[in-house]
Amino acid sequence: MIRPDAPVLLEIRDLTARVEDQPILKGVSLTIRAGEIHAVMGRNGSGKSTLSKVLAGHPAYTVTGGSVRYMGDDLLTLEPELRARAGLFLGFQYPVEIPGVSNLEFLRVATNARRAGKGEEELDTFAFEDLVRERLQVVQMDPAFLERSVNEGFSGGEKKRNEILQMALLEPLVAVLDETDSGLDIDALRIVAGGVNHLAGPDNATLLITHYQRLLDVITPDYVHVMAAGRILRTGGKELALELEERGYDWVDAELAALERTPAEVG
Amino acid sequence: MASSATVGDLVSQPYKYGFVTDIETEKIAKGLSEDVVRLISAKKQEPAFLLDFRLRSYRQWLQMEEPDWASLGHPPIDYQEIIYYAAPKQQEKKASLDEVDPKLLETFEKLGIPLSEQKRLSNVAVDAVFDSVSIATTYREKLAEHGVIFCSISEAVKDHADLIEKYLGTVVPGNDNYFAALNSAVFSDGSFVFIPKGVECPMELSTYFRINSGDTGQFERTLIVAEEGASVSYLEGCTAPMFDTNQLHAAVVELVALDDASIKYSTVQNWYAGDENGKGGIYNFVTKRGQCRGDRSHISWTQVETGSAITWKYPSCVLQGADSVGEFYSVALTNNRQQADTGTKMIHVGPRTRSTIVSKGISAGHSSNSYRGLVQLGPKAVGARNYSQCDSMLIGDQAAANTYPYIRSQQPEARIEHEASTCRISADQLFYLQSRGIAFEEAVSMMVSGFCRDVFNQLPMEFAAEADKLLALKLEGSVG
Ligand SMILES: Nc1ncnc2c1ncn2[C@@H]1O[C@H](COP(=O)(O)OP(=O)(O)OP(=O)(O)O)[C@@H](O)[C@H]1O
Ligand SMILES: [Mg+2]
Repeated sequence: MIRPDAPVLLEIRDLTARVEDQPILKGVSLTIRAGEIHAVMGRNGSGKSTLSKVLAGHPAYTVTGGSVRYMGDDLLTLEPELRARAGLFLGFQYPVEIPGVSNLEFLRVATNARRAGKGEEELDTFAFEDLVRERLQVVQMDPAFLERSVNEGFSGGEKKRNEILQMALLEPLVAVLDETDSGLDIDALRIVAGGVNHLAGPDNATLLITHYQRLLDVITPDYVHVMAAGRILRTGGKELALELEERGYDWVDAELAALERTPAEVG
Repeated sequence: MASSATVGDLVSQPYKYGFVTDIETEKIAKGLSEDVVRLISAKKQEPAFLLDFRLRSYRQWLQMEEPDWASLGHPPIDYQEIIYYAAPKQQEKKASLDEVDPKLLETFEKLGIPLSEQKRLSNVAVDAVFDSVSIATTYREKLAEHGVIFCSISEAVKDHADLIEKYLGTVVPGNDNYFAALNSAVFSDGSFVFIPKGVECPMELSTYFRINSGDTGQFERTLIVAEEGASVSYLEGCTAPMFDTNQLHAAVVELVALDDASIKYSTVQNWYAGDENGKGGIYNFVTKRGQCRGDRSHISWTQVETGSAITWKYPSCVLQGADSVGEFYSVALTNNRQQADTGTKMIHVGPRTRSTIVSKGISAGHSSNSYRGLVQLGPKAVGARNYSQCDSMLIGDQAAANTYPYIRSQQPEARIEHEASTCRISADQLFYLQSRGIAFEEAVSMMVSGFCRDVFNQLPMEFAAEADKLLALKLEGSVG
């Protein structure tokens, strides 16, 4: 839902970042307002996950320039856990397994950390059990997953559902979902997409990273961005995704080549 | 720029027990000789049998070589540079705590072990050992009502000489190994516990060892006897000030369980570990052994080893009685330049004896952490069983973990199961937890306590949470 007067939640300007000595993000700009759903598409290796991890504060990536303001504050000086408590959420492309840490305990600690960030009181184990059981419905997940270690031995699709369960519990203001649709069967895709739609509202925003139109058939984006070689090369409405589906990414090369030739003119 | 916590930022967590108590002590001259052994015995006014035991052990020690088979390295120890007896000058053990030097009470209070009547732990009796001497034992009268004896070993030598003569050195003989022989020659103090037939000890017993002097060796000796059908749970804790020299600690612990008796022995070891470059710290060479002498008896060792520059320690069970049970649950954490070579021996002698070994090694920094364990099934151990699980967790990429399981079985049909695993805490796992609002330190501690849960579950309730916190503290800054 586009409302030009809605408050800006996330404002990324000319963001550049490297991993070790290799520049990956080469000037990303993106403004996200409350109520909006953005989709980021682009070839493998174009920097989509890097963007998401830089936003979440992954220590492997060094920001070399530009700025990110979140709710008006400088996001980049915050520790990752403070970003999360302030309502930024990253659904990982590859959620890691954490053997020995109970999923239920993890979800409870995470939920309470976020609640503290909102100035809400901590939930005790009983109150949390009630909440988690309710939120499990959103992703139609079996409560048995709560008893296991975080993501340990989960199938690819189960890991993704666990990500959306976390999102449902943490109630983020800005959710960045990195290929949450990959590896899902058709039913699971519908469930996950249903979950995302259910959680999307006028006060929050979603940034979907995806390769597939089939996700955008169920979650209608307000904006579609195409990333290439660490930049956002083009931005359009939902029809841009359909165009990509038809034409592929060949045109990207031509535009990139043009950019390389005349860097000064495009800034 | 986002700065996530890294190794360097957090490593310098100071050891909070590193203070020295300024108190007048009586020390003998450094060095070891037959005269020194006699002097120690004389100071303690010991009966002849004990002096004999000491002298025999000393002479055997002279013939022995320091063991070198462990995965440990340290400069040679000069046994003539060590002081073998030091005691705070208030020699006479006080009848009431009110008479104990307030400086000593204060020291233990600072260590979290309040001894005074009003403040002490409500269901734990404590024997407090300061350098070579036991300074106070709480709840003695209450325990005595149940026939339980809990006192320092020096007092036991005076008041219960028959029991000492009957049991001392019967589990760990005076010539058992180099460090046990040294201990048998010069041991200073320690705790004695006796639970008579059929008595379930009404409270948790605990000894707290504190090394204070910088040039003194600590050689304590603990003996626990549970008669038929008796049971007891005992916990020891240890700390030492920070010195940049190394102090030798060579203790011996003997446990005896008769028919249907049960002894649970827990240790939280937090001796000073040396600085991040490996300077200073305690050399911890300890012999701990329990004998399940009676049928259906049960001995369980639980240890949380976090301190010491060097740990050489293999709490063991000799399963003599039919159907007796031995258990070993261990968490050994090494950081910086610490070295640990620790594990257990389960010696199955009697039929249908069972043993369980759960070992969790955590290595961080440049440390080295080895599990060394022996499971032995003798010719009469028909139907004996063992289950071993040895897991290692590596933090960072400079630390080493090794597992040396030895199995000697004369029971071809026996069930001996061994499982082992190694894992590493990765930056991505920590980031995952952080990205859900969980602070870095808490993330490390969640992962480590998950790893250690099977062992912590075995600790007495009051101490399980402490152990969790201790590990978190020890690891601060080791992941980055
Ligand atoms: N930690 C890292 N170390 C080395 N190279 C990295 C690292 N992270 C990202 N890269 C490189 O940066 C580039 C962008 O990677 P990124 O994961 O952001 O791509 P992506 O757009 O998410 O791709 P995909 O669609 O395949 O998920 C790739 O060339 C990748 O190899
Ligand atoms: Mg990606």
